[in-house]
Amino acid sequence: MALTWDNIKEGDALPEMKKTPGVTQLVKYAAGGGDFNPMHHDYNFFQSKAIGSIIVHGRFKWSSLGELVSNWLGHQGRIKKVSCQYRGMDFPDQEITVKGIVERKWQEGGEKLVEVAVWTENAEGKQTTPGKAVVAFI
Amino acid sequence: MAEKIEIKDEWKAQLGVNSPPWTYEITTTSVRAFARGVGYTDPVYYDIDAARAAGHRNLPAPPCYLGTPVFIPGKSDDTFSGPVNSGMSLFQFGLANVLDGGTEVEYFDTLCAGDTLTAVNRLVGLDVRESKALGQMLILSLEMEYKNLTGKVVMIARGQTILY
Repeated sequence: MALTWDNIKEGDALPEMKKTPGVTQLVKYAAGGGDFNPMHHDYNFFQSKAIGSIIVHGRFKWSSLGELVSNWLGHQGRIKKVSCQYRGMDFPDQEITVKGIVERKWQEGGEKLVEVAVWTENAEGKQTTPGKAVVAFI
Repeated sequence: MAEKIEIKDEWKAQLGVNSPPWTYEITTTSVRAFARGVGYTDPVYYDIDAARAAGHRNLPAPPCYLGTPVFIPGKSDDTFSGPVNSGMSLFQFGLANVLDGGTEVEYFDTLCAGDTLTAVNRLVGLDVRESKALGQMLILSLEMEYKNLTGKVVMIARGQTILY
């Protein structure tokens, strides 16, 4: 059943996603997103050495929050905003769970709006990338 | 670890100043490359027939895809791909390490492959914060405003860059 504004309830959970990005996935993200900072692919880069590993692009996780919302929305509305804070580093080959929950549903300026809280969790259950998204239904 | 970061007047003078505009493209190939990078399996971001069936005029820009800056050697940043003239040479702050603090994108229209955008970047905030792990950090708040060819603002991306 297609998602509609009417059948969304505050507290609804978005279908969660799990991903375990390895170095190859990060290289693909670098190519697609244009961020070739070596700390995301080069273990010999000084900052990677200082951290002890390369790290997952924060914006890969941000974009995964967008992907979660896009998959849930199924093109039934328009994504107006996606935001997040980077609270913790994630490392290659470690599972990241992407989750979301409907926080608010309201009408404004002729638009039917929904705000969702979205976040990534690392394998220990720590929220490394908490954020929000707003979608509009016609 | 930085001992003590003092915000200099010459940094403050850059607050609110727009960079020269730069061109960002959204193409079928760039949308697919971004979707692959994130790991999308939704065919709407890859297959034009699927995109049209979902009501889009072409492959839609996935959320958080901010367009691909036109790359010109010497004028573009080799690491981050944006224009060197965006005004934000991170080297000027004298700190070697860069981390992303947070990001937000706000859309005022739907963006699709075939759209060409012009963007300006501006520094909107400078803060010094203390981190237990990293010591003193300089937090730059940046705002990037994208217009389409008719001059309408279609997207604003806001972010915090952490230097330490």
